[in-house]
Formats: sequence, structure tokens, C-alpha cells
Amino acid sequence: MKSAVRKAAPGARAPRTARAALPRARPARAIAVATAILAAALLAGVAIGPAGLPLSMVARALASGLLPWHPGLGVPAIDAAIIWQIRLPRVVLGALVGAMLSAGGAAYQGVFRNPLADPYLLGVAAGGGLGATIVIVAGGSADLLPPAAFLGAAAAVAVTYVLGAGTPARRGPGSVGATASIVLAGVAVAALLTAVQTYLQQQHYQTLQEVYTWILGGLSLATWSDVLLILPYVIVAGVILIAHRRLLDVLRVGETEASSLGVDIARLRLTVVVAATLGTAAAVSVSGLIGFVGIIVPHTVRLTAGPSYRIVLPVSMIGGAAFLVLADIAARTVQAPAEVPIGVITALAGAPFFLIVLRSRRARQDLA
Amino acid sequence: MIVFDQVTVRYGDATALAGVSAKVAAGEWLGIIGPNGAGKTTLLRSAVHLVRYEGSIGIAGQPLSGLRRRALARLVAYVPQLPELPAEMSVADYVLLGRTPHIGYLRMETAADREICAGLLDRMGLAAMAARLLGTLSGGELQRVVLARALAQQAPVLLLDEPTSALDLGRRVAALELVDELRREHQLTVLSVVHDLTLAGQFADRLLLLDAGRAAAAGAPASVLRDDVLAGPFGAGLHVLTAPGGERVVTSRRIRAPDPGR
Repeated sequence: MKSAVRKAAPGARAPRTARAALPRARPARAIAVATAILAAALLAGVAIGPAGLPLSMVARALASGLLPWHPGLGVPAIDAAIIWQIRLPRVVLGALVGAMLSAGGAAYQGVFRNPLADPYLLGVAAGGGLGATIVIVAGGSADLLPPAAFLGAAAAVAVTYVLGAGTPARRGPGSVGATASIVLAGVAVAALLTAVQTYLQQQHYQTLQEVYTWILGGLSLATWSDVLLILPYVIVAGVILIAHRRLLDVLRVGETEASSLGVDIARLRLTVVVAATLGTAAAVSVSGLIGFVGIIVPHTVRLTAGPSYRIVLPVSMIGGAAFLVLADIAARTVQAPAEVPIGVITALAGAPFFLIVLRSRRARQDLA
Repeated sequence: MIVFDQVTVRYGDATALAGVSAKVAAGEWLGIIGPNGAGKTTLLRSAVHLVRYEGSIGIAGQPLSGLRRRALARLVAYVPQLPELPAEMSVADYVLLGRTPHIGYLRMETAADREICAGLLDRMGLAAMAARLLGTLSGGELQRVVLARALAQQAPVLLLDEPTSALDLGRRVAALELVDELRREHQLTVLSVVHDLTLAGQFADRLLLLDAGRAAAAGAPASVLRDDVLAGPFGAGLHVLTAPGGERVVTSRRIRAPDPGR
């Protein structure tokens, strides 16, 4: 009915040929909405803080940093420093981590065809946690934390993949069917590494607080060097994952059929896992283990904007950045001057929001 | 067009195909028949390299084992018995998946790909439902959508695993007629598993009867659809009648005499 009305609307463009053009998924609107939300979240993240700077001062401080040749903005050095050295790096780091965890989650859900897949599925979190714990209990410098967490995270996924995927010779052609064993290997590797990490943590109770704080994750120590550290990983991983959006759509008909359509499943899976792993390992290395983002953001996008990966991947990246920036604002304001762990906020605010989206979606489907 | 030479497929200890040989000429329709577990589906899956096989399979003069996935998908289109149909995918997007073997690894569909699919939807009477989601279609519509996706591959060989199992008899005949029309339009070589032996005989040029992984008989329908040939694989419960036009009709009969007191 709707389409008939639309066709008859005056001024409707006549189709180029007699044959109606094929309808297509259009991510532009969802991307625009998500970008607007992200812009608002970034501004709020910079504007809100314990120093209580008025908005006009925040705006002038931002302008003075962007236009250093522009004289007469009259921003006190201390206020400029609060904006440029404390708030901005934290907001930007939150956006990058949120974008990466969401894109990683979306890509894993696609490549493992499992709605419960999150970016920590193959052991990134357990490996990163173990790497960081080793540095902390050994009394290593804080500068060693990110590289140790990164290496632990990447090594855990490499072990999972080798154990789970097996050698191509032992698998069928195209290594269809290896997916389940990779996921199970991830569960086993994560359990093993978490056990080792817990043991180390208990044996060194004097550093328990420090380890626990790292594991909970957070952005309170964010600096521009953290941002520069993970920026290349997020860009490269994001570009690679988004470049695979069409192939992840092909995979929606299953590995067997995608394979018969000409997709090299083993290559697709390996590329996606390597990109997502490097990106999430980098995110984990500077922010600890922030949970839940990689599941609720992609699913919220699916439920509100559509299930095609041409929409889910880019919109999850933008929306995930906005979500983590907003969660971080809550983390540092609800109990100011103390901070609530951001992982608590992502679950506490994210879970009810996700359930509301899920319910309204089902209500709409029941009506249809 | 496609040659199976002593093809053997094992699943662990079980042998699904034991040295099956068959030749299918270009433009020919081979019907694959046999009881459950005879290896019909495995034979089709071997021809798209979804299972590991011993022996050799050649397609259009090229050994299958040397073909990359994409090259193979440009030669052979495969419709499985129970295709996965994502409920929230539109008909247009689903049919476009058939263009996958013609699109570079990280490239997107071109206007030409969309044009080909729009043409197929038109041809299959699906143009009006291009924007509909798969979850809202009937069994008969889905069956045409799946066929359209396979044709979008523009492969000369079409493998159909029981393409009509979900349909009533009238729609089965209509669906197979459609396959036959498309075969003539696109000069396709068709290999199809068909459970209904009468339909198999009416549409296929030749039949291949599989039994326990071996070729029990092969040839024109009239030479395969015979009581003495079918009794081995299927048991004594089948009975072949000859219709006035000479077509074979396979029906059932009681193995024991019915209880006279009934």
C-alpha cells in the first residue's frame, strides 16, 4: 500500500529503464544520525567536568587550540590545559576504544555467525589481562602495561586460532566447519589464561587493587600518547573490517552456501579475525577490559537501522564511539569526584537500553 | 560438460560415495535418484567441492581440484536442499548474492550486476516483491527467489538438490517446467536430485540411480524406471506403470497382501 502511494506521488523520478531499479540498503541516513549523536557526545564530553568551566570558555579554549594564530581569545592557560590535556584526550580515546570494540563485535558476530560473539570471544580479554597482570605483579613500569597487554591479547588469539582452525589439510575444502571449533578453542584458551591471571593476582595480594582497577577498565589516565598509540590500529582495523561489509553479508547465508558462491571462507575469516584482534588488542591495552560495548552497540544498530553489514559496520563504529563517550561522562560525574568503573556504566545503562530496543522491535514485528 | 570419474567420498569411517562415474553433456538434464542415504546430495556437493573426494571431477574440460572457489562458482551454481534464507534480507539483496563470483574480493556490486538481477527478477515474476523481506514470502515464492539467485551466477551448470520438496504437486510441476524453460533459455546443464521418481522421469533426459554410494543404473528414464531395476535399491514396494503416452509412472504397492478381514 505504502509503495503504491509513493509511486504515484507527483514529482517522483521516472525509472531510467522500463524495468524498476533494484532497491538497495542505504546506510547514509543511519550514518548521518549516528554522526550527529557522536558530535553531540564529543561536545558534551569536552564540556562536562569537575572544573565547572562555562560553555563559552570551553568553546574559546577549543578555538584557541585550533586557531593558535588567532589572538585575543583570552583563555587562561590552566583552562586551556584542562580542555586540551585532560578532557580532549580522554574523550577522543573513549571514542576510539568504543568504535573499535563495536566494530570488532559486529565483525565477529558476522564471521562467526553468532549473535553472542563479542570482541573478546577468542581470548583478547584474558590474554590482555594476563599480560597486564604480569607487568603489575613483577613491579614493571606503567609504560610497559600497554605493550604487555597488547602482546598477551594478540598471542591468546593466535593460539586460539591455530588450535581451533587446524591445518587446512585436515579440514574439508575451504575449511568450512572450523568456526565452531575456533570458538570453543577460544573458550578454553580464555579459561586457561584467566585461571593463570587469577592465580598470579591472588599470589600478589599487595598489588590486587592495581590489577583489579586495570581489569575493570577505564579512561581516567588517558593521554594524547595513548590516543596516538591506538589511532593507527583503529584506522587500519576499521578500514579492513568495513571493506569486508559485502562479504559479511554473503556469509549471512551460511558458510556452505557462501563457499559455493565463491567466497574463500578461510581467508575471509582469517583477515577479519586478524584485523579485529589487532584493533581490540590495542584498545584493551590502553583502556583495560570494558565489557558489553561490542554486543549491545551492533545489535542496537541491527534492530534500529537494519541487519546488512553495509549498515551495521560503519554505524556501529560511529555509534560505539558515541556510546563510550557518553558512558564515560556518566562514569566521571555520577559519583564525582570519585569515578565509577566505566564497565559498570556500559552494563548498567546499556543493558536496559538494549532491552527496550529489543522489546519495541518485537512489538513492531508482532504488529506487522 | 561435467565428468565424474571414480568419485569416492568418505565421512570419517562411512563411505558416502564409492567410485561413482558419470558423464553429463552440455545442455543435458541428469536426474539423480535413489533411496535415502544413497549419496545423491554428496554427489552434488562433490561437484561444488564442498566435500573432499578421491577420483576426479572435470567441469568444462577443467579439473575441479585445480579451480579456485570464485572460478568454480562461475561454472557451477548450487541450490542446497534447505537453503539458508535470512528472514530480514530483501529479495533484491538475496538475488544479488548470486553475483558474488563476479565481484572482486573487496569490491561492491556494479550497476551491471544490479541490472542482471533486476532482469532475472522480472523473468521469474518476482519484480514486484524485490523489496520484500524473505521472511514474508511463501514457499513457492522462496523457491523462485532461490532459483533466481542461482541463475544470477550465470554459471553453465546448475545443481539442484530436491528443488521442489516444499511444494505441492501442482507447484512442483510448475517449478520443474520453469527450470526446463530456463535450461533452454540459458543453455544450462542441470543435475538435480528428485525424490519423486515419476517427475524425475518426466523432466530429466537421463537418470542416474544411486544405491549405497554406487551407481546402480544409468540411462534413459524408460530403462531405469523398471520394477526389476528399482526393486534392489527401493525394495519391493514400488510399482512402475506405463502411461498411455509411454511415460513411466512410479507408484506404490503393498508388499504383503492386505488383510482380507479389513
